[in-house]
Amino acid sequence: MSAQDEVWILGINMTKFGKHPERDVVDLGVEAIQAALKDAGVTMADIGVLAAGNLRGHGGIGQMLQKQVGQTGIPVYNVANACATGATALRTAVMAIKAGECDYGLAVGVEKLAGAGLLAGANRAEDNENWTPEGRFGAVVPVDGRIGTATMPGVFAQIGIEYGHKYGGVDFELFAKISEKNHSHSTLNPLAAYNKEMSLEQIMNDLMIAYPNTRPMCSANCDGAAAAVVVSGAKLKTLSREQQRRAVKISASILTTDPWEEACQVLPDVNTLTRNAAKTAYETAGVGPEDLDLVELHDCFATAELVHYDNLMLCEEGGAVDFFNSGATWRTGSMPVNVSGGLQSKGHPISATGIANIWEVCQHLRDECGDRQIEDAKVGLAHVIGLGSACGLHILERSAA
Amino acid sequence: MSESIPIVNYLVLGDEPHLVSNECTNCKARFFDRRNACARCFGTDFNQVAVATTGELRSFTIVEFAAPGVEVPFVSAIIDCDGTSVNANIINTKPVPEHISLSMKVRLATYSMGTDAKGVEAIGFGFEPVQAA
Repeated sequence: MSAQDEVWILGINMTKFGKHPERDVVDLGVEAIQAALKDAGVTMADIGVLAAGNLRGHGGIGQMLQKQVGQTGIPVYNVANACATGATALRTAVMAIKAGECDYGLAVGVEKLAGAGLLAGANRAEDNENWTPEGRFGAVVPVDGRIGTATMPGVFAQIGIEYGHKYGGVDFELFAKISEKNHSHSTLNPLAAYNKEMSLEQIMNDLMIAYPNTRPMCSANCDGAAAAVVVSGAKLKTLSREQQRRAVKISASILTTDPWEEACQVLPDVNTLTRNAAKTAYETAGVGPEDLDLVELHDCFATAELVHYDNLMLCEEGGAVDFFNSGATWRTGSMPVNVSGGLQSKGHPISATGIANIWEVCQHLRDECGDRQIEDAKVGLAHVIGLGSACGLHILERSAA
Repeated sequence: MSESIPIVNYLVLGDEPHLVSNECTNCKARFFDRRNACARCFGTDFNQVAVATTGELRSFTIVEFAAPGVEVPFVSAIIDCDGTSVNANIINTKPVPEHISLSMKVRLATYSMGTDAKGVEAIGFGFEPVQAA
């Protein structure tokens, strides 16, 4: 990739994650956009494309935001890819720049989820008065709870336990320890929805949602937004030294979906598409997992974090349990994972997540992360999974300027 | 004799209840849902084939928190039925971790879900431990 073809993050922001009862999705999205523009040192007049995501609203979030930040007539892409929506929005803006359509792009993701409860399997339809086969399975009743579970804590519990079946060494306490790490990390993150330390005992004795995931081992529903301004490498060269110094290079921007695997229609396969994305990303960026200084990965449940150590090749195949037990993924370890607190404590406003994790990595690469700065961070990786499935993966590098 | 109907159309009732899947005639990929084409090889021809009624537990969760109306706790599991993966509840054993273990042998079991307004009985299925836990 020549410097001319590179795409950089010029400005980025995430709002405080948590409860924002007085503010709607537009307020939150506007806050993130205006702060990202300010961070980049540009205005809406410079932006050539907008990609926006919001899953729980009524559509058209991009235009709704434009009407509050600037209706400049640029193309808008309203994107949806489950929990990979934010990463998909960013990649859409990156593609527009790579295609040579514009020099600057803007991506935003916003969600209001505080108090939302279960995002799937929250309701089950009433049984019919007469048994009538319906849908693609010819089901005479809603099947959630009768043929497996539709809830995400349950689906991802099965994904983590399956890893144990394949490689061994997995139990309730192991997964709770992963959660203990992320809750500990969150104490240094003022933007996290929850930033309280939680002991292993507290985590294990909390409300069981779907064994082995207790409540603090599940991603926290909350409100929040994140936005990023991206710029072409050629344009960046014409900007100020300060803008060049603070810009973060997008060394790889990858999106994959799940290829067919034997069991994928019975239990979502979040492994193959993540591994495929990681392989492509490392090749594209010309870096390996050993070069990473920090990783923000999609710990929507404690059981998910474990499998992604392996999928992202942070450890040897089958070695995720030993890797975690070595202490590697704590912020003091050799491969800090989710130093933001992760989705379990920072929170998971689903459309914002895929940009907020990139913000976290950028803060470290720009040496602007305050108390939780990973010293001398040069390369980072941000990963999200949207069930269905889509995997968004970005490798980011500090500017040499 | 009263009429009965399976919970889903991939459960076949009768003397030996079993599951059936739509198998792609070209690549042998198996699916439980109505198909437009094969997700693996794009073929459009399928045969209905019987799935083994015994299998091995490959993964599970014990759901304690679910939608109103869903009886909890229950065990959701992924079962390897001689190479075909099946999602089902584990039934006829206590839904606690001590009674569920990975690689345990399980077999298909059916149960009555009651009758509708016309007196038709619906039959559900799950898998039960081969050896009482």
